[in-house]
Amino acid sequence: MPNVMIRKEADGALSCYIAKKDLEEAVVAIEFDEPERWGGEIELADGTCYYIEPLSEQPQLPKTMRARRA
Amino acid sequence: MSMDKAETQALISEVLEVYPDKAKKDRQKHLTANDTDAAGKKCVTANRKSLPGVMTARGCAYAGSKGVVWGPIKDMIHISHGPVGCGQYSRAGRRNYYTGTTGVNSFGTMNFTSDFQERDIVFGGDKKLSTIVDEIETLFPLHKGISIQSECPVGLIGDDIEAVAKVKGKEIGKTIVPVRCEGFRGVSQSLGHHIANDTLRDYVLDKSEEKEIETTPYDVAIIGDYNIGGDAWSSRILLEEIGLRVVAQWSGDGTIAELENGPKVKLNLIHCYRSMNYISRHMEEKYGVPWMEYNLFGPTKCEESLRKIAAFFDETIQAKAEEVIAKYRQQWEPIVAKYKPLLEGKKVMLYVGGLRPRHVIGAYEDLGMEIVGTGYEFAHNDDYTKTIPEVKDATLIYDDVTGYELEKFAEQLKPDLIGAGVKEKYIFQKMGVPFRQMHSWDYSGPYHGFDGFAIFARDMDMTLNNPCWDKLTAPWKKPAVEEAMVVNG
Ligand code: SF4
Repeated sequence: MPNVMIRKEADGALSCYIAKKDLEEAVVAIEFDEPERWGGEIELADGTCYYIEPLSEQPQLPKTMRARRA
Repeated sequence: MSMDKAETQALISEVLEVYPDKAKKDRQKHLTANDTDAAGKKCVTANRKSLPGVMTARGCAYAGSKGVVWGPIKDMIHISHGPVGCGQYSRAGRRNYYTGTTGVNSFGTMNFTSDFQERDIVFGGDKKLSTIVDEIETLFPLHKGISIQSECPVGLIGDDIEAVAKVKGKEIGKTIVPVRCEGFRGVSQSLGHHIANDTLRDYVLDKSEEKEIETTPYDVAIIGDYNIGGDAWSSRILLEEIGLRVVAQWSGDGTIAELENGPKVKLNLIHCYRSMNYISRHMEEKYGVPWMEYNLFGPTKCEESLRKIAAFFDETIQAKAEEVIAKYRQQWEPIVAKYKPLLEGKKVMLYVGGLRPRHVIGAYEDLGMEIVGTGYEFAHNDDYTKTIPEVKDATLIYDDVTGYELEKFAEQLKPDLIGAGVKEKYIFQKMGVPFRQMHSWDYSGPYHGFDGFAIFARDMDMTLNNPCWDKLTAPWKKPAVEEAMVVNG
């Protein structure tokens, strides 16, 4: 379960930074992005997918969270 | 002559032809023709282990931590912990300028090492390290802290430098930072930057949380500027002129007290993203300090960056930024008028570390020069993503290029100027190709800011239009007779 940091870029798009791999990628899809539910499966620009336990509210970004390979 | 994508690809295949299949397959992924339509997509494979058997220009994690991130912090003493060579051969080579009295309150160009001997490998070096801390305290009482930069053997023999740092730090009442940046970690100096950033976070920022400073709404920090040849100074004056207050320089001409101010600033300005994005991300998440990348190479990028930075603040700053831009126009326009006719249309190949292969492009373009090839030693995928829009379509892009590949590319692309590191410098100079060492500015600089641009333009002209180049014959191309004469004579 690596730690990933989700960040909102200047253009509003989400990006994901995986510290362990020292890898930065744009987030191309996120399963839940609603006021009361955020997270789930996220897909990165390089095609890899991670799963973040959905939160019950929008997080204050940037935020480091646990994710697992989906 | 510019090439199209097919020609660039053909060049890549031709150069790779000599490799065994496995090596060819691997290197193929690191080379490409730029595809401007592919913006945001994958460009080349980066940040992978270099192939055994090829000549790479990369450095080690120790180089990234001691040489780049920690080394320039001038009021701390950085111990190169391990054998003497790692520190001595890299000593002061990066030209991180600083003010202060060396050996009294600043230590930038000095080399401190534990000079490991066989005995230390066998019995461990922890005791020696404690002794060194005591000696430092006695001889250099004005130092503000110590960092322990591990070289390879320290990690191999399993010394506990953390314990020594803790005990000794308490004893002398100053910050002692153990850095696990043994050279064998990671694939290049890049991991050293990361490790150094993590230790800055744990040993400097975490401890400075209670520190109070007087703040203003215009406090900023310069991050990832190592003051090479005075770069941070020629950047800082611009920021100050537009009305900002620079409270910290990470880490060129920096002090530990400045770094401790970090979390209190309004905006972190990152020049070298590759080596210091980690600490900026951390400050953003933990202290809510936003960060912004900027670029002070060449007037076009300077103006763009000053406007971008000013836009973050209020109208007074924005108005001042416009004044500053107008003022410096008077300064740089004559420079372009003088040098552009001498340099226009000249082709440049770059191969630098983790930032400049994209950042300096604007400065060359301001002089009418064209980039025909560019690449990084230790960039990551996001650096290439940011490079795509900066160079023209079909431009050759190479990652961790080998000595052989770079020479072959240069033979075919016939650049008028090559900008790379010291490992490439003498080969290309002997080949008669004008060359600038773009890591430490070839004993020149600063190149940042409007003041730096004047020096940059002069240097490029001085090198490129020097009459010496076509008088050179590479030693390996000299007729054999001459050599025989030398041997006999
Ligand atoms: S790889 Fe190891 S031995 Fe070589 S310079 Fe780096 S720390 Fe020193």
